Amino acid sequence: MMKNTSFNPKGNRTIGNRLQEACECTVQSSKDRCNSLTSGHRACQGCGEALGARWVVDAAMKAAKGKLLVVNATGCLEVFSTPYPETAWQVPWVHSLFGNAPAVATGVAAAMRVKGKGDVRVLAQGGDGSTTDIGFGCLSGMFERNDDVLYVCYDNQAYMNTGVQRSSATPPTASTATTPSMGHEPGNVFGTGKNLPLLAMAHQIPYVATASLSDTRDLEAKVERAMSFSGARYLHVLVPCPLGWGYVPNDTIRLSRLAVQCGLFPLFEAEDGEVTSATKICEPCPVEDYLKPQKRFANLFKGDKKSDKRLAQMQAIADANIRRFDLLGDEENCK
Amino acid sequence: MKPFATVLEAGTSLTNKTGSWRIERPSYVNRLPPCNKACPAGENIQEWLSLVEQEKYEDAWREIVKHNPMPAIMGRVCYHPCENACNRVVVDNPVGINSVEQFLGDMAIREGWYFAPAAKSSGKKVLVIGAGPAGLSAAHHLAQLGHKVTIKESQKKAGGMMRYGIPQYRLARKVLDAEIKRIVKQGVDLQLGTKVSDLNVLMKEESFEAVFLSVGAGKARTTPFPTEKDTRVFDAVSVLRDMEGKDKPDLGKRVAVYGGGNAALDVARTAKRLGAKDVTIIYRRNREKMPAHDFEVEEALEEKIEINFLSTIKSYQGKKITLEKMALDKSGFPQPTGKTERMEADCVVLALGQGVDAELFDGVDALKMEKGIIPVDEQMMTAQEGVFAGGDMVSSFRNVTISIGHGKKAARCMDAWLRGQKGASSKKHDLASSDRLNTWYYEKAPRRNRKLADPAQRTDSFDEVIKGLSQTDALSEARRCLSCGNCFECDNCYGVCPDNAIKKLGKGKGFEINYDYCKGCGLCVAECPCGAMEMTPEEN
Repeated sequence: MMKNTSFNPKGNRTIGNRLQEACECTVQSSKDRCNSLTSGHRACQGCGEALGARWVVDAAMKAAKGKLLVVNATGCLEVFSTPYPETAWQVPWVHSLFGNAPAVATGVAAAMRVKGKGDVRVLAQGGDGSTTDIGFGCLSGMFERNDDVLYVCYDNQAYMNTGVQRSSATPPTASTATTPSMGHEPGNVFGTGKNLPLLAMAHQIPYVATASLSDTRDLEAKVERAMSFSGARYLHVLVPCPLGWGYVPNDTIRLSRLAVQCGLFPLFEAEDGEVTSATKICEPCPVEDYLKPQKRFANLFKGDKKSDKRLAQMQAIADANIRRFDLLGDEENCK
Repeated sequence: MKPFATVLEAGTSLTNKTGSWRIERPSYVNRLPPCNKACPAGENIQEWLSLVEQEKYEDAWREIVKHNPMPAIMGRVCYHPCENACNRVVVDNPVGINSVEQFLGDMAIREGWYFAPAAKSSGKKVLVIGAGPAGLSAAHHLAQLGHKVTIKESQKKAGGMMRYGIPQYRLARKVLDAEIKRIVKQGVDLQLGTKVSDLNVLMKEESFEAVFLSVGAGKARTTPFPTEKDTRVFDAVSVLRDMEGKDKPDLGKRVAVYGGGNAALDVARTAKRLGAKDVTIIYRRNREKMPAHDFEVEEALEEKIEINFLSTIKSYQGKKITLEKMALDKSGFPQPTGKTERMEADCVVLALGQGVDAELFDGVDALKMEKGIIPVDEQMMTAQEGVFAGGDMVSSFRNVTISIGHGKKAARCMDAWLRGQKGASSKKHDLASSDRLNTWYYEKAPRRNRKLADPAQRTDSFDEVIKGLSQTDALSEARRCLSCGNCFECDNCYGVCPDNAIKKLGKGKGFEINYDYCKGCGLCVAECPCGAMEMTPEEN
């Protein structure tokens, strides 16, 4: 979904470009972006989720011409943005429980329709815990009823605000408070967890996409595309967490980039259950480049043969993604 | 009805000043781009490329001529150390800076852009001796500083080595003439065919308060090898100089050129254009050690000029040259092997380097040569108060760009000296080395090269070999600039701040960090493509 801006080799990947008209640039480059999540929130330094949420909601606000209502599940995002009596949100925003955000969103959308405010769009959001575990029943229901809601999952791959416990989005070998780095198979085990974008596609909803903090233009284009549909839509954004992943805060975007470039986090779009586009990778990097800077994967790099085998298993996951989504690109079509 | 839920006012989090968490603070910096650092003329290359990028061509040209008044010439003959330093090499290829400079220089001639005269006259008379690149550059800068400049030049035309050393196929004379004319037109008194004999007397008689010497290094070095009375041995300096006269040198059909510098190639390629069939360069070391620039060697080879490496001339008798083959020792120095070869040539042209003609200063005690050059201090002043010098005569590193830089520096120091001050060198920023960049943000973009005339046809005439870029290509080249070390307003810092703590001030105004909320995560610095930000520890 990359906009074609071959206009300037210096400004195609950057967020803005002084040589381009404002309308051709990203929402995030605009002086008039709505800053849906403003300063003063209590997210950690370099929080990927805080950044991802602002990008997504600002883009959705623009697409909905300011008529947007946000429903938030419990989780880091809700906790750090609204400690009583403050809120960092500058959009209509409602929070109820950990597991029921999709159902609340369904209700809000229905209420708007009944009140004759069908032009007000609804966006529901939560972390991977509320999306893949606790709220999955409600979410699946929202999907199968094709309710008019864009659901966004900010995936930081564990329950971060309660102290980094494993979720069903935690990758194999990652150590968390509940999958500690000890024993003969340290960290999270292979063969568990679920792939939410694929599950969403299986519901045959109009639009499913994945996005990353490494590419603002791509992320915003996907939000815009999602907002052009009515019915249930799902956006899955990978948001690195300095605390839970164990890396220095200024690496948030670099790790997002590496996650995409190694193939562990494929960027793609699907409509009505079928993949319609995938972002090509020009030169895939080894998964090691992505895993090594993160303390949660330190157990993979202790040097004995057994962990080498597990590193190879991680690489195999990336390779499978590359095959499945046909990610290998050439000079012409890769980024 | 009482709300059933807690209601909070939008944006109330602003009472929470998260800036107190910070242990390191980001800030905007300017760093010195490597191209600017490498430019012997001290051009602000990045700045003028940025103006081209915005299609402000005249502004870009005016930025160049702040430092170098001859962009069309430099766009042709400069050996562009800027491109060798360009950080873009880590992405693909260096930016074609030299070709964009030529484009701007040619555009200025076409459009008739002239220098605005100095705002205020200083009332001081200054003298420049020698109208080569250093002298012309000094004259330009002195005139811009409001001084009344006289140039005295011994040759019939101005330009120095640009005219009498650089062949026309590298620098068309109409370009040279146009850029000299523009310098003179701002009120410089150019006196041609005037040889200075006694400097001190002249300064007193014509009341010059300061003088800039730039007589170059026009004396050819010779080397002893046995010849006969009638054998034809020339030197490169004379051959290239005579090319500007009415009677072109008669070199014959088989020409041997002795030497491995740029002058050797210039003479060889000139000989080819004069109709020589076989032109051979004889050089004592190998290709890697050849001081001539690689692209010139390539172009010469394309023109079917032969190069006889690892050879010295033992003797030249009749039409027979005896060559001795050499071998490089461990330190890379050529040593004779005793093996000889023979070849025939109608003449030998020596291109063995040039020296300063010391006779010029015989009457001036303070101007004594040391190691073949006239020593100057860091103010470009010689041992004699008020007498400055620059160009080939003060340095053993000699090229047009260095001379232009000398002219500029000397002009500024002379101006300061005339006001009873010292020329201060401006403080330089830290270098924007490639490790400061986040090159992920720069896409590959193929370099647009200038076209070369067809090798088979170009030796038929003295027409220029290198053709200028089109406007589209020049624009594209300028836009390849990475803007190393200086913000180009890509909005990355503004976009990647998770705390909304960076304010965008608008086009041309940059950004401002709101330290009330900046938590010091460093994402803005890490994601700045061009290394225009830095983190520094907070003081308690």
